[in-house]
Amino acid sequence: MKSSNVLRALTYTVLILGAASMIIPFLWMLSTALKTDAATFVLPPEIIPKNITLHNFIKVSQLMPIFRFFMNSLGVALTITVGQLIICSMGGFAFARIDFKGRNLIFLLYLGTLMVPSQVTLTPLFILMKYLGWINTYKALIIPSMFKIAFGTFLMKQFFMNVPKSIEEAAFLDGVGYFRLFKSIFVPLAKPALATLSIFSFMESWNNFLWPLIVTNDTLHMTLPLGLSVLQGRWETNWNLLMAGTVINVLPILIVYIFAQKYFIEGLTHTGIK
Amino acid sequence: MQKTVKRKRRLAAMLFLLPGFLGMLVFLFIPIGASFVLSFTEWDLLGDPKFIGAYNYIDLLSNEDFRSALQHTLTFIVGYLPSVIFLSLLIAILLNSKVRGIVAFRAIYFIPVVSSWVAVSMIWKWLLNPQYGVINYLLSLIGVQGPMWLYDPNWAMFAIIITSVWKDLGFVMVIFLAGLQGIPKFYYEAANIDGAGVIAKFRHITVPLLRPTTFFVLIISLINSFQVFDQVWIMTEGGPAGATSVIVEQIYKNAFSYYKMGVASAMSWVLFIIILTITVIQNRLQKRWIDYEI
Repeated sequence: MKSSNVLRALTYTVLILGAASMIIPFLWMLSTALKTDAATFVLPPEIIPKNITLHNFIKVSQLMPIFRFFMNSLGVALTITVGQLIICSMGGFAFARIDFKGRNLIFLLYLGTLMVPSQVTLTPLFILMKYLGWINTYKALIIPSMFKIAFGTFLMKQFFMNVPKSIEEAAFLDGVGYFRLFKSIFVPLAKPALATLSIFSFMESWNNFLWPLIVTNDTLHMTLPLGLSVLQGRWETNWNLLMAGTVINVLPILIVYIFAQKYFIEGLTHTGIK
Repeated sequence: MQKTVKRKRRLAAMLFLLPGFLGMLVFLFIPIGASFVLSFTEWDLLGDPKFIGAYNYIDLLSNEDFRSALQHTLTFIVGYLPSVIFLSLLIAILLNSKVRGIVAFRAIYFIPVVSSWVAVSMIWKWLLNPQYGVINYLLSLIGVQGPMWLYDPNWAMFAIIITSVWKDLGFVMVIFLAGLQGIPKFYYEAANIDGAGVIAKFRHITVPLLRPTTFFVLIISLINSFQVFDQVWIMTEGGPAGATSVIVEQIYKNAFSYYKMGVASAMSWVLFIIILTITVIQNRLQKRWIDYEI
């Protein structure tokens, strides 16, 4: 009995220490972002700043169009997400519900692309963007990412396959075609899967770094992560400014995460695809 | 009658698949092919690509930068993989043992996973700052003079590994937790009746039944580690003195700093071949690993 108490205490200690190590860096980011310049480099560090100030957020927005970066990130991520929801649910529906020749082959082709590391297409895609004149445009930020659909199509297919056959048989008897069947019955049924998919693609796009790094170099079209990395290059030592920028990058996704936790964790458990 | 139904079906399938397929064709399939062709050329984007056969691949063998990038990637993997798997398995097992607040714990460990790599790298750069960072301050409290971390070639990769393990722990832990919760309770109940201890239950039930999950996690993490880039680029840009230069960083530099499109493409195909090999081996081993009897 006694040894199981020790084990319990040990379990909680490790879990709480681990959880603390996950949260404290974020609290430290927030603390630094709210400090005055002078307080940033004080040792021992002030954990809760004596003078809390929003000065760093104001200064960041004066030095860089950080609000614009924010809106760019939001617009790009939302557009990619909506696009993927439409494309993946249509594709998933076809693979799950329509019997046609070559279906398995095409589906395998889709899945096969998951094996190809995204770096393989990096150079040709950059060349294509240059050739199309899309460098430093929203088109370059949005359109190629909108078609990273292999996983999403797979997810939607898995979901649609579980819908009972009787539903579509009844619909066909009423003379309903595939398109209305999809729009009026399957899409409304698929809300949980669509929620998972939208969380997943929003997060991917919001946090994406490498692709925006390649196709943008003007401040008008930069997304938040890219803007932040530029900020870091220019003000290497201004840690309170950098942390203010980081807060602006982390906060929105954390708020979404708090409200839609279930979908985040489910969505990512089923993937592991970068 | 039968024929028109079939035609209607084919037409419907085509319409539903067309938007996605066309997009994939232009932004994925053709670029994959183009990248393969480019890897046999020399091209700086200005003139026309020049066909040079397998020269880029042969050259990679003696390319010092690429070889050290491969080496650094392996160093990263050797440090990162066992740590992230051990720690996340430990946390998952503890969370699976009738503790309170499992939902809250799971949510907290997952926060770094949803944050961007840029944000995480920035936060850790600040924590690891040699002069004013919290980590070296804490070390100084116990009388240890902290290293220069990202500014020291001997410590920089270690710092990147710590950051990566910290960020990915929650993700791997959640997969392990799902695996653990998939193990039927009655195995443990039966073992309890037989009077098995904690260790015996772990060895004879948890370990064998968690094997598929562990295998999956191992492969996914291995594949992802070969593609490590964001944190490296933001924290060190491959430095100091090239100490953290990794494969993708070399691809990026060759393509977008030196404009050697052919070399970059060849490097990305080497990466692809590595990942393909891992996947093929995984498929072969999967059967052997996953067929288990208890």
